[in-house]
Amino acid sequence: MQKRIAIKNHLQEIRLITQRSLIALIIMLILITLLVIRLAFLQLAKHDLYTTLSKKNWLDLVPIEPTRGLIYDRNGVLLAENLPVFSLDIIPEKNSNLAQALTDIAKLIPLSNTDIIQFQKELKQHRRFDEIPLKFRLTEAEVARFYENQYRFPGAVIKARLIRHYPLGATFSHVLGYVGRINLDELEDIDPSNYSATNYIGKLGIEKFYEDDLHGTVGYEQSESDASGQSVRVLKQIEPIPGKNLYLTLDSQLQLIAEQALADHSGAIVVIQPATGQILAMVSEPTFDPNLFVNGISNQAFQQLQQAPTKPLYNRTLRGLYPLASTIKPYIALEGLDSNSVTPQFSIFDPGWYQLPNSAHIYHDWKPHGHGKVDLNLAITSSCDTYFFALGHKMGINRIDDILNRFGFGELTGIDTGEEVTGIIASPAWKRRAKGIAWYEGDTINSAIGQGYMQATPLQLAQGIATMANRGKRLTPHLLLSEQDIGKAPAVQPATALEPVNLTNKENWNIVITALQNVMTSPLGTGYYHYGHDMPYTIAGKTGTAQVYSIKHRDEEGKSEEQEKLPETLRDHSLFIAFAPVDHPEIAIAVIAEHSKLAAGIARKILDYYFIKPANQENTKNEIH
Amino acid sequence: MKFTKKHSLWHYVHLDTYLFLGVILLIAMGLVILYSASSQSHVIIGQQILHISIAFAVMLLFAQVPPRLYQSLAGWLYGIGVLLLIAVLLVGHTGKGAERWLNLGIVRFQPSEIMKLALPLFLASYFHKMHLPLNNRSVVLAIIIIFIPALLVVKQPDQSTAVLLFIAGGSVLLLAGLSWRLLGSIVGLGVLSTPLLWYVMHDYQRQRVLTFLNPERDPLGASYHIIQSKIAIGSGGFFGKGWLNGTQSHLHFLPEHATDFIFAVCGEEFGFLGSVILILIFMLITLRGLYITVHAQDTFSRLLAGSLTITFFFSFFINMGMVTGILPVMGLPLPLVSYGGSSMVTLMAGLGILMSIQTHRKLLTT
Repeated sequence: MQKRIAIKNHLQEIRLITQRSLIALIIMLILITLLVIRLAFLQLAKHDLYTTLSKKNWLDLVPIEPTRGLIYDRNGVLLAENLPVFSLDIIPEKNSNLAQALTDIAKLIPLSNTDIIQFQKELKQHRRFDEIPLKFRLTEAEVARFYENQYRFPGAVIKARLIRHYPLGATFSHVLGYVGRINLDELEDIDPSNYSATNYIGKLGIEKFYEDDLHGTVGYEQSESDASGQSVRVLKQIEPIPGKNLYLTLDSQLQLIAEQALADHSGAIVVIQPATGQILAMVSEPTFDPNLFVNGISNQAFQQLQQAPTKPLYNRTLRGLYPLASTIKPYIALEGLDSNSVTPQFSIFDPGWYQLPNSAHIYHDWKPHGHGKVDLNLAITSSCDTYFFALGHKMGINRIDDILNRFGFGELTGIDTGEEVTGIIASPAWKRRAKGIAWYEGDTINSAIGQGYMQATPLQLAQGIATMANRGKRLTPHLLLSEQDIGKAPAVQPATALEPVNLTNKENWNIVITALQNVMTSPLGTGYYHYGHDMPYTIAGKTGTAQVYSIKHRDEEGKSEEQEKLPETLRDHSLFIAFAPVDHPEIAIAVIAEHSKLAAGIARKILDYYFIKPANQENTKNEIH
Repeated sequence: MKFTKKHSLWHYVHLDTYLFLGVILLIAMGLVILYSASSQSHVIIGQQILHISIAFAVMLLFAQVPPRLYQSLAGWLYGIGVLLLIAVLLVGHTGKGAERWLNLGIVRFQPSEIMKLALPLFLASYFHKMHLPLNNRSVVLAIIIIFIPALLVVKQPDQSTAVLLFIAGGSVLLLAGLSWRLLGSIVGLGVLSTPLLWYVMHDYQRQRVLTFLNPERDPLGASYHIIQSKIAIGSGGFFGKGWLNGTQSHLHFLPEHATDFIFAVCGEEFGFLGSVILILIFMLITLRGLYITVHAQDTFSRLLAGSLTITFFFSFFINMGMVTGILPVMGLPLPLVSYGGSSMVTLMAGLGILMSIQTHRKLLTT
C-alpha cells in the first residue's frame, strides 16, 4: 500500500476514502449498538433494581411516635401523664468529635455529671442515628442560647417531646411501675417497626404489663428528601394511633390513706373489692419516685435505692414473702369443719402448751398459761395455738395444704401485673425437694399456726380473705378497670372467675366468719385491742404475728417485754386480714407491718376512711369524676 | 423542475436539509431536556437560547465559506491555534482548576476549541497535496502535527478535549489510508505507554480510571457520579418517569445534571424510548455527515468532512458512554444538549463546514 504513485490517482483516492468511511460507519454502528444494549440493560433488564435504588435515594419514611396512653384511677384521677418538655438531643453519628461537642455544649448549657454519665451509658446501647437525650427539661433561656449557637453543633438538636410523668410520684410507683429508655435486651423483644419512633418502654408494673395497649401504633410521614437529606415535601402521612387510656381499679384517695396509715413502717397493704376482684389499693412501703427513672436515674441515686436496708425498690405486695402466721387459722378451721375433723362444739383444754403423742417436744401457745377451755370459735377469736396444734395434727399436712391451695396460696393469683411470686405451701414433697430432708410431724404442727415453711404474698393474703368474704367465690384480683380507645367510652374489663372453694356444708362459712367477727368484737378477740371496737360497721378479721427472730413465747397482743428489747429489725411482723361489712362485704384487706405490732390499727384507718368518708371528700371525688 | 428549485433555494443559503433538520431536532429536544434538568430555570434556558443563536449564526456563516478558502486558511489557523495554546499556558485564565481560557477583554474563549477545527483542516489540506495512501514520512509528520496541540491541551489539563483532538486528527489519518499495520503499532505503542500515562495523570484522572474499572469502589466519593447516573437512567425504564418528574436530577442526587450528565436526565425522564430517539437524531446527523464525506468533491473536502463527522460521533458517543458507565468519566458535554456555549459554537461551526462542503460542491458542478 505504501508504494509511491507518480500521478495523483483521484479514483483510487475516492475509493480509499469511501472504503475507510464505510469501515468508520461499521465501527460507529457497532459502538452505537453497544450503547443501546447498555441502555436496554440499565433501563429494561435492571429497571426494578434501579427503581428501588432511586426510591431509596429520595423517599424518606419518618416514623412518628404515638402518644402513650394515660393512666387514671377508678375515679378519673390522673396517675400517669405525658408532659411536653424540651430536651437537648445528640445524634452521635453526626458528630465528628463527640467529646469536643459535649465540652462546647456544656459551656452553653450547664450539664451535670449525671447528665454526662447517663448520656455515656445510653451511648453504649443506642440504635444508630437515634437521638440520645443529653439534658431534659431545658429552660427557655437555655433553648434560646442553644438556637443562637446551633450552627456550631450539627449533631445536636432541641427536641420537643412528651415525657412520662407520674403526678402522684412515689405513691403509685410499685403498682404503676415506670417507663424508661428502651435497652438492648428489650430491643430484641419488641416489634422494631412499631417502636421505630419510640424511645421509652414500660419497665415495670402496669406500664410494663399493659405496654402493648399503652404504646399505640406508630405513624409515618413519607417525605421526599433531596441529596443533602433535607425534606422537600411531605407526600403522605399516616397518623400514629395513640395508646389506650387505662382506668385502674385503684382508688387514689384510699391508696394515699393506706400509704399514710402505714406511715414510716415497711410493709404492704392490699385492699380488694371481694365482689369484683378489683384492687382498690396496693401499697408497698417504703417506695421511690418513679419519675427519677423516666429520665434515667443517676448511678448514685440508684445505688442508694438498691442498697437501702428497707429495700424501697422491692414490691412487697407482689414479691414479699411472709409467713401466714395466725391468719392461716380460719382456713384450717374451715377445712377442719368441712372434713369433719372437728365440730363447732368440740373443745379442748389448753394448758398453754401442746405435746405430740410419743414425743417429748413441747409446743408452746403464745399465751404462757393457756386459754383454758377452748372451742373452735374461741380458738379463732383468741388465736389459740394449742387448739390448732391439735387440729393440725388430726387433719394432717395434706388437708392443710389442700385448703390453702384451694384459697389460692402457693400459686400466682393471676393479677395483671408481672412481678408476683407464688409463695410456698409447705408439703412433704416440697420439703424433700427444697430442703432435701424428710417431713416431720412437728412441721405439720408448725404449719397449723402458719409458722414454719408456709409463705404468702400480701396479695395472696388479701385474695384469701376476699375469698372468705365471698364464701368461696373466687375472682382474679386485677388492676385494670377499663380501657379507653381514643374517642370512645372506656370499656370495662370483666373479672375472670377462678375455681371456687366449695364446701360440703355451706354453714361452715358462717361458723368461721362469725368467729372472725368475734376476733374484732369480743374482748377476748385478738383484734379487739389492736383494732379498737367502736367502729360503725361490722367487720370480720384475723391478726397474725410472723416471727422474725425466734423467741420462745410469741405475743399476739403485743405486750411481751422480750420483743421490746430486740432491735427493731429483729422484731416480729404483724399481719392483719379482714373484710367488712360482714353481711355484704365491700372490701377485703391484708396489712403487713414489718417489725411492728400495728397492722390492725393501720387497717382501721383505711377501713374507717372507706366507711366514714368525710362529706367534703365525697364531694371532691364526685368532681373528679 | 420544482424539485430542483427547492434544492436551489437551500443551496442558495448553503444549508443542508438533513443536517439542518437534525440540528433543529437536537436543539429542540435538548432544550426540552435542559428545561427539566435546570429545574425549569428560565435564566438557564434564556442563556442556552443565546448560546444556540450564536452557534447557529456561526454555523450559517461557516456554511457560506467555500471549502477552497478553508483549505487556504488551514495552515494559518493551525499556526495561530498552536500559538494561542501556548499563550494559554503562559497567561491563561484558570477555571475549575485548569487553564483553558484566554481573556480577550470582552470575550473569554478556549483556544483548544479553535484547534478542534484547525487540526483536521490543516491535516486535510496537508494530505490533499499528498498522494494517498500516505507514505511513512507523511504519517510521522501528521502524528507530530496532532501531538503538538494535543500535548499542549493535555498540559492545561483538559484531557477530554485532547481525546477529541486525537480523534479529529486520527480520523483524518485513518481516512487518508493509514495502513492497518501502522495503526496497529501505534495502538500497541499506546498500550505499552499506559504505565507512563498513569504516571503523568492528575490525581482526579486516576480516580476516574479506577472508578471506571470498579464503579462500587467509593460510592460516596469518586464513584458517586456514575452510580447516581446509572440509577437515574435505570429507574427511567422504557417510557421514563415523565418530563419534569425525574427525582434523581430534581432532588440533586445526580451531579452535573444540566451539563455533562444531562443524558441521564433524558434517560430518567424519557426512558429507553426517549434515549434511543435522541441517539437516532445524533445518528441522522452522523450518517448525513458520512454521506457528505463520500460525495465530497475533492480529497481535502472528503478528509475534512469525514473527520468532522467522526469527531461529532465520538463527542456524543463518549459522553453517553461515560454517563451509562461503559466509558470512564471525562468532562465532555453532550453536544447541543448540555448547557454551555463554548463547545457548541465549535460543533456548529463544524456542521457549517460540512454544509459548505455539501452545498458548494453542488454549486461548483452546476
